[in-house]
Amino acid sequence: MHKLLTESPGEKMLLLGNEAIARGALEAGVSFATCYPGTPSSEIPMNFFAISQESDLYFEYSTNEKVAMEVAAAAAVSGLRTIVTMKHVGLNVAADPLMTLAYVGVKGGMVIINADDPSLFSSQNEQDNRYFARLAGLPMLEPTTSQEMKDMTLTAFEMSEALELPVIIRTTTRLAHVRGAVELGDLKPITKKATFEKNPFRFVTVPAVSRNLHKVLLGKIEEASEISDGDAYNEVIGTGKWGIVANGACFNYVKDAVLDLGIGDQVSILKLVMSWPQPETLCIDFMKKMDKVLVVEELEPINETELKAMAQENGITIPIKGKGVGAFSRLYEYDPGMVRQTIADYFGIEYKALEQLDISATPELPARPPNLCAGCPHRASYYAVKEVFGKDAIFPTDIGCYTLGVLPPISMADFVICMGSSVSSSCGFAQATDQKVVSFIGDSTFFHSGMTGLANAVHNNHKFTLVILDNGTTAMTGHQIHPGVNTEPMGVERTRISIENVVRGLGVQDVHMIKPFKLKKAKESIKKAMEYDGISVIISEELCPLFAKATKQFKKAKPFRVNHDKCKNHRDCINLLACPAMYLEGDQVEIDKIACIGCTVCAQVCPENAIVPVKEG
Amino acid sequence: METKRLVFIGVGGQGNLLASRLVGEAALSMNIPTVVSEIHGMAQRGGIVESAVLLGDVSSPIVSSSEADVLIGFEPLETLRALGKCNKDTVVITNIHPLPPFTVAVGQGTYPPVEDTLQFIRERANKVIELDGNAIAEEVGNPLSLNMVMLGALIGSETTPIGAEEMKKVLSTSTKKAFLESNLKAFDMGMASAS
Repeated sequence: MHKLLTESPGEKMLLLGNEAIARGALEAGVSFATCYPGTPSSEIPMNFFAISQESDLYFEYSTNEKVAMEVAAAAAVSGLRTIVTMKHVGLNVAADPLMTLAYVGVKGGMVIINADDPSLFSSQNEQDNRYFARLAGLPMLEPTTSQEMKDMTLTAFEMSEALELPVIIRTTTRLAHVRGAVELGDLKPITKKATFEKNPFRFVTVPAVSRNLHKVLLGKIEEASEISDGDAYNEVIGTGKWGIVANGACFNYVKDAVLDLGIGDQVSILKLVMSWPQPETLCIDFMKKMDKVLVVEELEPINETELKAMAQENGITIPIKGKGVGAFSRLYEYDPGMVRQTIADYFGIEYKALEQLDISATPELPARPPNLCAGCPHRASYYAVKEVFGKDAIFPTDIGCYTLGVLPPISMADFVICMGSSVSSSCGFAQATDQKVVSFIGDSTFFHSGMTGLANAVHNNHKFTLVILDNGTTAMTGHQIHPGVNTEPMGVERTRISIENVVRGLGVQDVHMIKPFKLKKAKESIKKAMEYDGISVIISEELCPLFAKATKQFKKAKPFRVNHDKCKNHRDCINLLACPAMYLEGDQVEIDKIACIGCTVCAQVCPENAIVPVKEG
Repeated sequence: METKRLVFIGVGGQGNLLASRLVGEAALSMNIPTVVSEIHGMAQRGGIVESAVLLGDVSSPIVSSSEADVLIGFEPLETLRALGKCNKDTVVITNIHPLPPFTVAVGQGTYPPVEDTLQFIRERANKVIELDGNAIAEEVGNPLSLNMVMLGALIGSETTPIGAEEMKKVLSTSTKKAFLESNLKAFDMGMASAS
């Protein structure tokens, strides 16, 4: 049985924030869950996927976040308790349905999990999605611990039903990927089906209807403000005259800092858990009692600006500061040490930070960036394309493991801004320049948002080559399924869509299927694609070896070794491929036979044929 | 309760995330308040993987510069790179088996001699526990048990309130049967080399 289905209320489990959210949803009797995976949210749907195999929970990996939001919206307006999860930039994709879903609202509770990524651990930007609550007019909760992640997911469903509005829960990496003790509650039974009741004056957003719905939404926001001002979420801790306002992960840093500095008696902390609508009465009463206020929030100065506006309207003239104090900036995540130091500085407390060891004499250390795995088919595809097109073509790329192709020696990533941008930006590059354009997109990303760009390319007669790197899974985020995956080996029934059929169906005339580990044939096909006068598509098919291993589809092959009698140390293998299975022993290249999966690509690249299979198995 | 801040540093695939989680599980079983932080995603493709375990009266899940009580390094170069987490009282536990990053193979840097790295750390840290974790893992016949060796060394260093019995109980319920014997052996040998 899945551990999150444990029926033992009162038991404490060490749960990842994301697991706690999944458990909270189950304790709320969630019936319907959708997502597009994205770090740091991915463990929530991974748990739902497993749980849906052994319970009545309906779960799907939707093709993108907009689709996930719309699928979930329909379930919620039909009356089911519904959850949809995504990373922060995913909410950009889902923003279109989100804005108007706020107008029509929901019947069954709907919780939207949004995971922000301050410091960009695995994202292309660090946008602050607290703005989305304000933009859409939807309540936002920001839990601060694993326990609160569980508890608030549960109560978010109740709030959503009371207000008939979706509720957004915002996490950040330091909440989603932190484990903490969680006391379990009761699991609720799952309602499998609901009945949709027609109501065009609520659900069909023609202008005449929406004009009224906007008014309805403003009324609901008023109601939400009252909840925010109540005692269910937000609270003031302490009775001192030094005010500190904190949300999310920062609350923990503040709590520890106050303890470490021994200023518990002087300080009052306003903990903002329901961070929008802001608890206005609570905030004003709080500020009125303080001598000065420090706002501790990562990324944008949102709470700070809103508190200042409230203070102005209410004639409160105490200093209210946040960004610009000490090391507090709009960049990157905060940490306990800098929060402690900044609090000490702001309130004028003697404090001496622990002295760091003197490491000024540290020699220059070699970097250890992430790298494509040994035997990764993307490496072979990149190599083959570079052999044909050279290194001067423009290489728009996309979001996935293959973005690591930016690193030398591959160095084949010239432009990426978001999911799907490879294809559409190629249209622009091809038209705006006379340079050759070859773009790269993964299979999951192609279904997510590459298809529309490809239709655009065909329709507008753009001339470039698109390489679809089809490794049979959504690799980067942990091997989730998508419409092109053969799900049979995973024991899951889903209909598989052929990428080739999609590409041909979109009107592409020049389509080439390649096996990237067969370099010679692959290069011949790539050459034909390059010579084609129009849009050509190369589909490079080879399973991600990690996924293949995890799903028992991996075909074991002999590892390779360097035959030093033949090797003349050209080092093409290591210099052109940069496979992590290779290393230098003295000045000789060696291959780690445990890491090598026998993809044979280096053996094909070696000009001396000096790379050969290891004889004994 | 006294606060302990532990930082685990390693390379993708060495299993330090599991090690830190198990310390958290053991703490939970002893009713010691704990938070464990991990970095998932892009960081795992052969890059540096950092995790942290905080024990006692502390809510923040991460450890700032100079604030680690114990630094557990699974690879000597990475131990050195993470030395900024240490102060004059920090105990450093490090594997001495090198795992040169790929950048070295393609000539974008040189891997410093392990002995120099260790000497650099010894000259600065309060206490350094050095062990060849990979050799021990090989010896118990389970090359993947490096994380158990390092876990053993941590418990053997007596820098946390977690005892060997509690830790082993968690190991027994959280690892696959086939590896249990070798994992426990790796743990014991790690412990022995630290005490």
